[in-house]
Amino acid sequence: MSEIVITNPANFDAPRPTIPLPRGPIPAAPPKIARRSIDIKIDGQAISVPEGSTILDAAKELGIETPTLCYLESLTPVNVCRVCVVELEGSRTLVPACSRKVEPNMSIKTDSERVRLSRRIVLEFLASSVDLSTAPNMREYMDRYDAHPERFGETRATVAQPIKIDNDLYVRDYSKCVLCYKCVEACGVDAQNTFAIAVAGRGFSARIATEFDVPLPDSACVYCGNCIGVCPTGALMFKSEYDMRQAGTWDEARQTQTDTICPYCGVGCDLTVHQQDGKIVRVTSPLDHSVTHGNLCIKGRFGWQYVQIQPADPPEE
Amino acid sequence: MDIHLTNAQATAEERVAVDSELGVPASSWQGGQRQTSDTRAAYNGDSHGQRHRLLPTLHAIQNGIGWISPGALNYVALRLDIAPAEVHGVASFYGMFALEARPRIVAHVCDDIACITRGSQQLCAELESTLGPAGSPCSGGRAIWLRSQCLGLCERAPAVLISSAGEKSHERVLAPASARAVQFLLDDAIQDRLPAEPDVLDLKASVPQAAQKSSSPPLRLLHRISQGCATTIETYQKFGGYEGLRKAIALGPEGTLRELAASKLLGRGGAAFPIAKKWEALFLQRNLLQQDSGRAHYVICNADESEPGTFKDRILMEGDPFAVIEGITIDGFVTGARQGYVYLRGEYPLAAERMQHAIDSALENGFLGENILGSGLQFNIEIRRGAGAYICGEETALFNSIEGYRGEPRNKPPFPTQSGLFRQPTAVNNVETLVNVPGIIRDGGAAYAKLGTDNSAGTRLFCLCGHIAKPGVYELAMGATLRQLIDLAGGVAGNGKLQAILLGGAAGAFVSPKELDTPLTFEGTRAIGATLGSGVVMLFDETVDLRQILLRIASFFHHETCGQCVPCRVGVTRQEESLLRLVSGKPLGSAAQEIAMLREMGQAMRDASICGLGQTASSAIESALQRWSIFS
Amino acid sequence: MLWGSNARETHPIFFHHLLKGLRNGAELYVIDPRRTSSAQWATLWLGLDVGSDISLANAVAREIIAAGLHDEKFIRHATSGFDAYKAHVEKYTLERAERETGVPAAAIRKMAHAYAKAPRAQLCWTLGITEHHNAVDNVVALINLTILTGHVGRYGSGVNPLRGQNNVQGGGDMGAIPDRFPGFQHVENDEIRAKYEKAWGVKIQPKRGWHLSDMFEAMEHGALTTLYVLGENPADSEADRHRTLKRLTGLEFMVVQDLFYTKTAELADVVLPAAAGAFENEGTVTSSERRVQRVRRTVASPDGVRDDLDIIFDLACRLGHNWGAPDPETIWNEVRSLSPMHGGMSYRRLEELGGIQWPCYDESHPGEMFLHGRFWSDPLIGPRAPFSVVEFEPPVDQLDEQYPIRLTTGRKLDDYNTGVQTEKFASPLRREVALEVSPEDGLHYALLEGERVRVTSRRGSVVAPVKFDAALRPGLAFLSVHAHDQVSTNDLTIDAVDPRSGTSEFKATAIRIEKLQPV
Repeated sequence: MSEIVITNPANFDAPRPTIPLPRGPIPAAPPKIARRSIDIKIDGQAISVPEGSTILDAAKELGIETPTLCYLESLTPVNVCRVCVVELEGSRTLVPACSRKVEPNMSIKTDSERVRLSRRIVLEFLASSVDLSTAPNMREYMDRYDAHPERFGETRATVAQPIKIDNDLYVRDYSKCVLCYKCVEACGVDAQNTFAIAVAGRGFSARIATEFDVPLPDSACVYCGNCIGVCPTGALMFKSEYDMRQAGTWDEARQTQTDTICPYCGVGCDLTVHQQDGKIVRVTSPLDHSVTHGNLCIKGRFGWQYVQIQPADPPEE
Repeated sequence: MDIHLTNAQATAEERVAVDSELGVPASSWQGGQRQTSDTRAAYNGDSHGQRHRLLPTLHAIQNGIGWISPGALNYVALRLDIAPAEVHGVASFYGMFALEARPRIVAHVCDDIACITRGSQQLCAELESTLGPAGSPCSGGRAIWLRSQCLGLCERAPAVLISSAGEKSHERVLAPASARAVQFLLDDAIQDRLPAEPDVLDLKASVPQAAQKSSSPPLRLLHRISQGCATTIETYQKFGGYEGLRKAIALGPEGTLRELAASKLLGRGGAAFPIAKKWEALFLQRNLLQQDSGRAHYVICNADESEPGTFKDRILMEGDPFAVIEGITIDGFVTGARQGYVYLRGEYPLAAERMQHAIDSALENGFLGENILGSGLQFNIEIRRGAGAYICGEETALFNSIEGYRGEPRNKPPFPTQSGLFRQPTAVNNVETLVNVPGIIRDGGAAYAKLGTDNSAGTRLFCLCGHIAKPGVYELAMGATLRQLIDLAGGVAGNGKLQAILLGGAAGAFVSPKELDTPLTFEGTRAIGATLGSGVVMLFDETVDLRQILLRIASFFHHETCGQCVPCRVGVTRQEESLLRLVSGKPLGSAAQEIAMLREMGQAMRDASICGLGQTASSAIESALQRWSIFS
Repeated sequence: MLWGSNARETHPIFFHHLLKGLRNGAELYVIDPRRTSSAQWATLWLGLDVGSDISLANAVAREIIAAGLHDEKFIRHATSGFDAYKAHVEKYTLERAERETGVPAAAIRKMAHAYAKAPRAQLCWTLGITEHHNAVDNVVALINLTILTGHVGRYGSGVNPLRGQNNVQGGGDMGAIPDRFPGFQHVENDEIRAKYEKAWGVKIQPKRGWHLSDMFEAMEHGALTTLYVLGENPADSEADRHRTLKRLTGLEFMVVQDLFYTKTAELADVVLPAAAGAFENEGTVTSSERRVQRVRRTVASPDGVRDDLDIIFDLACRLGHNWGAPDPETIWNEVRSLSPMHGGMSYRRLEELGGIQWPCYDESHPGEMFLHGRFWSDPLIGPRAPFSVVEFEPPVDQLDEQYPIRLTTGRKLDDYNTGVQTEKFASPLRREVALEVSPEDGLHYALLEGERVRVTSRRGSVVAPVKFDAALRPGLAFLSVHAHDQVSTNDLTIDAVDPRSGTSEFKATAIRIEKLQPV
């Protein structure tokens, strides 16, 4: 067997494999530019937050709970659901807390009559047009704002439509879609950059669609499942979860979550494994993990099936 | 990017249509013939950053083929390096693009509120009996007719626009239209006999003031048009054209800004923002522009006039296109922008033709291009055609549309003067505003400010339509009353008894005959809870069922909401449902309860919507509910 | 620069980070014989001939030096052997490289200038560089470029071999290489060996062991007669499968420890059913960015299946060594006590920080986000980085009239290695394994898409359906390695081995394509 000789033999000052290298300085990222503090008032309480923060960030710091739907910390705010609107002194209209950056001396009300009315009506608009049965947060918000979607009558337009099951991994039930744009962002520039889906059409018939509504297997979809990961209403669902729900066996109370590392490539993605009754039922990833930011690929998201194969299964001959 | 396409292939004809806009593909990776060199290296620079050419390319397919097929869409995706789902998302946003096969010849028949007052319902009924129902092929499958939103031809209502797709695509306006004339024109289109000109600007029909010997004060915006138009650079210059630009160059940007500030000119697009402030915001960022090569400024002329009842910008562009170009050029000079865009409504074929001609001859004659008037000023203008989306008149939606995205508005702030087109500082001005500019610079800002009132300087164009004796565009110094304007236009037509006036279009407000002495100023209209908006003054006589008009307005917004934010998307839907119940006498609970709910929804839409569309979608309805008890 | 890597499909989440950079204005250069999905994102893709990387790298270096774009100060300060290197690469003109690689000179020049001028530049590679008979030469040819330009040891700059398995880095870290103890400490260093001998209470032989290819060679000569295989499937995964099977069946005794009854397990004398590492075991793995992270038991393993540690302890016991049954954390703490670069990585800190990048010497050390920062210290800490003189050598399996097509191999997005794990989930992306050829070759051989053809190399022959792919140029074909029951790709590949890394030249096989006669 040959020697390891990767260095120039004429050179005496090269590293030698048998001798450990000395420690160098601890590397650091370039220092971040310090952000100045901005003083604002929310519901009469003064607070100082770094420049670039949103009203939502500031409200959170004060412990004020703001309902959100289309907002997710790992995605660019699109501020389309308008359920987070607040009253900003001097502004003609209400402003979205999730995306409006703080400015010096802003004075904000998060629970005024105007705010409550808009939030209530936005919730009523959504709940009257969309099936929110698998969106637990929404139920809570509707109670809080005393929303009564049924008041728009029986003949109101809804987005009800047949469920789309065109592959073994995902189910798409657009009757539950609130058009929050999150899946489009996750499939697009905010994570996956595959752009298999986009918002198509306009107005009340605007919808999430592949080109010409082709089935997912004909589309650009790579089944990373990152759209499912961000869907707030269960419109996009793992087939494994959907099947259990259909069979009546889905029970989140019986589920636990454990983090591990994906068994496939070397990137080191954190998997949060959800198990029920000793079986893996779905896999997600934490939004705050520096490697994944909540995103996975098809193998990480769906490649765990092999764990469920019982050794009792006869070997395939 | 790694594009995944379905198997659908573009036809040769579709490729020709796309290539006519984008040129021949640089390599097989962009859809061209495969060369040996393609298999050894590929640069993505060829298609990178070309997304803003998407809308013109989709137009090219629509005009060339008559619809956008999956194969054509795939080819565009490949050419521009945009995922097909995204291309589809954009194409399906615009009303003018068909994504299912349909005949090449289409008659768009306006059934909007102004046309309703001039017989459009009867026209549609006749077409139904002669051609068959709207939306199904007629004339042996070679044509189709469709109902359309306001086509901006309200002074000649009822209006029809015929488009004929093909290698040589044609458009032809028919207004006023009759069922017989529509049928004749469809036959002409089928036999490829459409006239070369898409329309004729008839001053008698569209600019009644042209017939008057003199007016007081003299017409500023319409003076060239009233004297027979200035569609060549020679006539334009003969009538004082480009004096404003010469003087602006002499004054320098600061001097020009001073004159604009002195003029007190407020934007005519609806928001009434001082033009000097807007331009100054860009002017003040010129230093950054010089320091950072990645930075640019843009100026945009918003010519996406789509407010129902509005047609003044169309007439300005058709009759005095150089004035628009001169105004934009001064804008570029002051702000430091090197590129201007005209975002021109898709349904305005004659305006587009005249404006393009004006740009071409301005370029030939040194009024655009590298060294304008020898001053070193470098500036160009490009026209971008809208494609049937009212929302794209909203400035941030307009940016997205030019950039090749869905025309969905952006949240503000940031404001366009900070982050607009391509995320760069941008000044957007309406056509009428820009046409004011050359005259202001030529005559001095102070002279302009003397016209009109203290808070509403200058003259203003009004679009008179509906039940008015002499419909058309009128120019008046601000401060004249509604009554004076109506008198100038020959008084109420129809049965002669005025029931209501819609001021400012669908996003405006109804006023009653009791309010005729309101001065037509920003402050005067605001005082009665109305708005000048886009200058629409639409009259309804007593025979009109206002409830139907409200329903048509509700349906307009239902059709035109982009669908992005919840309060607007669902709000306009619920609003239309609610009105429908009220009109059919089947309210939920009592009519009063239904109306209370309608108003509550209106408040949330006003308060929580992203943009002006949602914020004003209930205002005309609300104004009518305030003035009349039409549902009891 | 992504060199011999299709990270879009093989490292999708890494590629997310890369795309963020692109969105922020970074440029991407992809060097790959195929215009892969990664290459489609590139500012410039260079479609070189398989195995011509050294010619390309040397020409890039020559162009950088000729244009005066090399970092002279860094070279003087922290490297050695530059003059010899400069004289050597002088021969690699752009014209020569164009001849040897097939890539137009202008494209090579553009990449050279972009790389040298970039304020920060990363050079990443994968198996396109290392699955060659001269793998180490390929690697050092690339390393030369980084020290030539100073793109090493700084924030945002460096070299990055993207690891293909979730713990291939960890395997190396833990001493699963023939000449190292955990922490890359060399077995031939007496002091280090003494430390381990003391800790383990055994004598350790002062010489390196065998790497995988050495072992297979030893089987051939009868020097290796017993094999214990843990979680590997060499019967499918090794190059030149016929030869591999001959060697494995010639063993006196083989134990296979695996989750499934693999092809290799079928040949074993004893099969030990094992738990699924990432889901049913406790422990740590090390990712491509040297980040040590915890794996945890998420579900219980099925009855009759045992944890790897459990099996090993039991085995040791049967062999006469009672190691007790220490838990994973205890074992980890032993690693920490013996491997200085893992010293500060307690389970508690790994938990708190969500993983730590080695080296992490003590519990106050944050871990290191990049290596080789010492090169920028003044005075220089430690030895200089040597330039290496490496010469272009074409692949061993040469093309000729009999075998005119170059076959290369690789992974698909939704599958993994021999498919033992991934075949268990129903991927909508998965298609029947096909021989991918250029549309031109399809025409040349009068093939229809989907038609089954015979593919023959100097070592074996398989039948596979044909698929056309414009990512390939005439004369270049591709086969994935995931489903040997469909198409046994490794019947074709050559086990020409890089003597230093022990890797076979999976990436370069000479084949011919023949139409099957209709039956």
